[in-house]
Amino acid sequence: MLNSMFLDAGIAMVGAGIGAGIAALGAGLGIGRIGGSAVESIARQPSESGKIQTAMLIAAALIEGVALFGVVVCLLIALA
Amino acid sequence: MITKFSKLFILFLLSISSIAGFASEAHHTVEEEETGEESIFNPGEMIMHHIADSHEWHMFNTEGFNATIPLPVIIYSPQRGLSVFLSSRFANHKTYDGYMIHHEKISAVDASGQEDSSITVYDVSITKNVVSLLISAILLITVFFSVAKGYKKNTGKAPTGVQSFFEPIVVYIRDEIAIKMIGPKYERFMPYLLTVFFFIWFNNLLGLIPGGANLTGNIAVTMMLALVTFIITTVSGNGYYWKHVLWTPGVPLPLRIIILPIEIIGLITKPFSLMIRLFANITAGHIIILSFIGLIFLFKSIYISPLSVGFGLFMNFLELFVALIQAFVFTLLTAMYFGSAVEEHAHDDHSH
Repeated sequence: MLNSMFLDAGIAMVGAGIGAGIAALGAGLGIGRIGGSAVESIARQPSESGKIQTAMLIAAALIEGVALFGVVVCLLIALA
Repeated sequence: MITKFSKLFILFLLSISSIAGFASEAHHTVEEEETGEESIFNPGEMIMHHIADSHEWHMFNTEGFNATIPLPVIIYSPQRGLSVFLSSRFANHKTYDGYMIHHEKISAVDASGQEDSSITVYDVSITKNVVSLLISAILLITVFFSVAKGYKKNTGKAPTGVQSFFEPIVVYIRDEIAIKMIGPKYERFMPYLLTVFFFIWFNNLLGLIPGGANLTGNIAVTMMLALVTFIITTVSGNGYYWKHVLWTPGVPLPLRIIILPIEIIGLITKPFSLMIRLFANITAGHIIILSFIGLIFLFKSIYISPLSVGFGLFMNFLELFVALIQAFVFTLLTAMYFGSAVEEHAHDDHSH
């Protein structure tokens, strides 16, 4: 993958790694908040848990989509 | 006595014994062909080889037996015409019929074997992804024709067999996704929504089978799905849709001018995000599982295998879940875009 250890190529790799990490961090924070508020609202109204779970899954998938934008960019930097 | 200890011991034995199956999948031939000698295991290359499309269907390698199915290579060049042959002609870096292949990219060579870049090559081969697409299409058609036949046979009676598996799913898509998001005109869009859902779900699952092709992780495939969604949304947009997009009612005039380019870009980014979301989710899942297996080869030690097998198994279950979720989210967002396109002017809260 990296045969030539030039400085700029190395820094690009570091950038890609840090970028992917921060993207994962953002996704974790966002989905954590959603999960938290979803569980809280299920605790308040257990009868609505089906709708709340559906809404939670949709929001989590949307946030994950955005985080994976970042991951795809970092993969492109690292592998191309 | 069968205690918790003995159960744990059996689990530990099983997790080490499964390495025998993995070790026979020696993927060193990719590197050995290039350097001709025993080379360091390159995980990046192994992962890309499994994720990317390929002109042959490589299943596994055991000692001396390379289970690879060669696929037809179809090349059209305006200067040279049509060439059709099996990709096994390209084995061991041979050139054939004036073409050579390097990392799945076909280029033309002249008589001395040098690459000839003046000849344009259109590679329309039947690659691994195309074969997987055809297989999944045949699978989908078979399954759903049998479901339809079951309905015709059981008119008025309770569903039986494969019908009873798909009926709740279809009813869920109709009630919770189509009717809720699109409203009364949902029937027009139901065939497309059902097709998209089952196509993505089946292909995600087929890609998770070892030796399967990574079809929904191919950005060209997801781009086509997103493009069809975009075309249907644009074509079925009524007057209110375009009015809301281009000249948003109910906001002051300077804001409308600012919103206009944002909304036009938004027309493109919504299908674009559909494409990237599906592609990245599926490809990232495959990369994670392959990385865990690649750890075993990287460390060349048996003691990493409980970790690898454990995490790999967990990631595989997560990927099964993600396969369904991504199909669901794609269908749901598609239905939302259709709904906003055909929405009638029901609310009177705009200052028209």
